[in-house]
Amino acid sequence: MLNCREVTRLLSESQERTLSLSERMSLKVHLLICAGCRNFGKQMDALRQIARAYVKGANERRDEPDD
Amino acid sequence: MSKVEAIPECVGQAANESNSLLADSGFLEVLRRQMLKFATLQLSDPNLAEDAVQEALIGALRNARSFAGRAALKTWVFAILKNKIADILRQKQRTIDASSLLREDEEDEDFASLFNQKGFWQADQHPAAWPHPEEALREGEFWLVFQSCLEKLPGNQARVFMMREFVELDAHEICETVGLSTGNLHVMLHRARLRLRECLEDRWFLAGEQPC
Repeated sequence: MLNCREVTRLLSESQERTLSLSERMSLKVHLLICAGCRNFGKQMDALRQIARAYVKGANERRDEPDD
Repeated sequence: MSKVEAIPECVGQAANESNSLLADSGFLEVLRRQMLKFATLQLSDPNLAEDAVQEALIGALRNARSFAGRAALKTWVFAILKNKIADILRQKQRTIDASSLLREDEEDEDFASLFNQKGFWQADQHPAAWPHPEEALREGEFWLVFQSCLEKLPGNQARVFMMREFVELDAHEICETVGLSTGNLHVMLHRARLRLRECLEDRWFLAGEQPC
């Protein structure tokens, strides 16, 4: 069975490539029992959102009314 | 690719506002500095970075009429800059000293504080659930934390992370550009993300325990 280190590696890689069926199945099994890695997986998506928002200048944006 | 959403009646007004934006040297200077930081990290060459930023700014100023506000102008400038950097990187085919990237002992050391010998999370290192990450995006303070977490990454990790997430190059393009194997790239991105998420969690998402 995969350990957390391997699982986080796969979760990171899934941002670059499509995982194989067996990788996805091993992931799924681990995530069922590991809240830490589940959170890590969600954070990978959050990191991507954050990076995209940063490039779009979210850090500079004031609360401008949308007109 | 950025949409210009000016309604015809508002064009005059938008143009006026963007003219005043361009006259706002404080705003332009902040923007220039931000872009320069981004470009310098990407290109690891201050002169190339300066050139790319100048060109991006000039390109944006030429189209100044289309911008309805600061955010729109910034988005546009970044889009231009991003393409310039991607072009420069593709042409340059720089090589990162691969031996300096992946020292096995360093790798183990990195992970020893996070994972135990069996590769499971150390007791105090389990990633937590981040409450409302999308709300953080609206907080000025959050971005300061984010920038400082990025700056704390080792240079090469920061560079490939930014190539991937800011410039949105795919893995293949990054490997070609910096002369890394796919395996090495995955390792570096994994490490960068482990560090970043830990830093953000410690300094933002779980740092707000005390009342403000």
